[in-house]
Amino acid sequence: MYRKSLSYPYLIWAAAFIIIPLLFIAYYGLTDKSGAFTLANLAAIATAEHSKALFLSLGLSFLSTAICLLLAYPLALILSNSRFGRSGFIIFLFILPMWMNFLLRTLAWVVLLDTNGVLDSLFQMLGLPRFKIINTPAAIVFGMVYDFLPFMILPIYNVISKIDVNVINAARDLGANSFQTLYKVIFPLSLPGIISGITMVFIPSLTTFVISTLLGGGKILLIGNVIEQEFMKGTSWHVGSGLSLVLMLFIILSMILSSKYDHGEGNVL
Amino acid sequence: MMKKKILSAGVCLLAVCSIAGCGGSSAGENGEVNVYNWGEYIDEDVIGIFEEETGIKVNYKTFDTNEDMYPIIANGAADWDVVCPSEYMIQKMLDNDLLLEIDTNNIPNASNIDPIFMDTVKEFDPDASHSVPYMWGTVGILYNKTMVDEPITSWNCLWDEKYADSIVMMNNPRDVFAPALISCGYSLNSTNETELQEAAAVLMEQKPLVLKYTTDEVRDMMIGEKAAVGVIYSGEATICKDENENLQYVVPEEGSNVWLDCWVIPTTCKNKENAEKWIDFLCRPDIALKNFEYIYYSSPNAGAIDLIEDEEILNNEALFPDTDVLSRCETFHYLGEEAEETYNELWKQVLSE
Repeated sequence: MYRKSLSYPYLIWAAAFIIIPLLFIAYYGLTDKSGAFTLANLAAIATAEHSKALFLSLGLSFLSTAICLLLAYPLALILSNSRFGRSGFIIFLFILPMWMNFLLRTLAWVVLLDTNGVLDSLFQMLGLPRFKIINTPAAIVFGMVYDFLPFMILPIYNVISKIDVNVINAARDLGANSFQTLYKVIFPLSLPGIISGITMVFIPSLTTFVISTLLGGGKILLIGNVIEQEFMKGTSWHVGSGLSLVLMLFIILSMILSSKYDHGEGNVL
Repeated sequence: MMKKKILSAGVCLLAVCSIAGCGGSSAGENGEVNVYNWGEYIDEDVIGIFEEETGIKVNYKTFDTNEDMYPIIANGAADWDVVCPSEYMIQKMLDNDLLLEIDTNNIPNASNIDPIFMDTVKEFDPDASHSVPYMWGTVGILYNKTMVDEPITSWNCLWDEKYADSIVMMNNPRDVFAPALISCGYSLNSTNETELQEAAAVLMEQKPLVLKYTTDEVRDMMIGEKAAVGVIYSGEATICKDENENLQYVVPEEGSNVWLDCWVIPTTCKNKENAEKWIDFLCRPDIALKNFEYIYYSSPNAGAIDLIEDEEILNNEALFPDTDVLSRCETFHYLGEEAEETYNELWKQVLSE
């Protein structure tokens, strides 16, 4: 059953599309234009504009992860408790938009949030103050929350709906009220789902450059935009790779933190 | 000229894959030619006509900015046979020995090119042996007559608080610094650190007034009247005016950038003969006219312009500016790696402000 040879295709896949590209990034990140070893590309993160971009990215990602969590947890709780939710229909509704390209969905938000766009016009029609969040950090957080919310809902929903009803009944029998059951039983048991949800929202938020370009009007520089610019504007693949390596440190850090709490049950995606 | 930049990363990858993957299997009877051009920068019918007439299969892919294209060529990421960069990028490619000499004997139709432009070519390609002009134009301001108080004549309007949240700027270092440098009274090819610092300060001052930094959305935003003034290429301006008659294009009195895109053959070329056939084909007046009518940028092809009968097009100042407008304009020069880095560095500082 577990013949070793069966894993070879995956090994080749991993080598070709994960290991080798990573080695390339490490090579570019640790060399200068002449190919000599240098740490300057890593140190480039310390320049004012790069560190500003990094901190802004970290801040916006934290914010969007927190908002996602606040939105997703109650929803997952409600869904896993209702017959309607158990049937999977609501979850299906959340997955449905993901069948559309995420770039297109983000572009749609540009039209919705734009000055004189759909929402702004609606606000004006109702006599409310102008709705002007396009090209601000708020719009970027909005985009991140919209794009990554399903990645928070799904793992939490999965974990909660697998909690044995008998455990909850036991808590009730032993005199816990609803709040205590939630706080002492359901919440700790759902932690793996929360952790993997956080990882899956935080990491793409931290590295995004598309959302910030589209919804930030090109006026807001996130670390993803800096790296994109280093690669795509033909300035320096070396600095771009160096900054990517630094960013990877943050990603690895967040994964270490999550694996400490994650016992495998929450890993659904 | 440029479509969604965001897609470009993906497109580049696809381009690389498809070029690497196509091998000989899909080649035409007379081989193939791999063409790398700006997005929306050819009448697609022309590709079909070329394939039919020559039996050469065209593998056609597009890029969005010179800066996107350069690393693909420089790193040999794909074997493009013929590419269409702008003048300063050609100079950079020449400096880095990335271009092959074009055998002018194989391009008899090049005689249709207005000699004035061969002089411009010599500014960046001294013996004019590596590049064949394709399209040219100016950079200027497109404004909405109903949204501004007076006719725009100067770059200063981009710093006018009246137009706060109604200004669209381009989104790459050279194009964004050019208006700033000119309005500070410097050359748009400045490499002087103090001058550039000053321009960056002026841009930071402008940033709160700017609605959006974008190169590919200026057109839509101006047509949709989301902005009052926008920095734009002359060819795009003509298209915008056709869509929205309130729009007016002007090359500011302080002067501006004139650009010239040329076909070049990179050293990665595997089908040089076919690449030269491709260039020659595009220089044929009827084909150049077809492309002109489709792209709406100014054609340097005198033979093609002779074929235009519509007076209105010939009188279009955005397409065929007076010579005194041109005399105020400068082409971009390649400024060397160090200056390029300074521009990028300063631009990042402006953006992170």
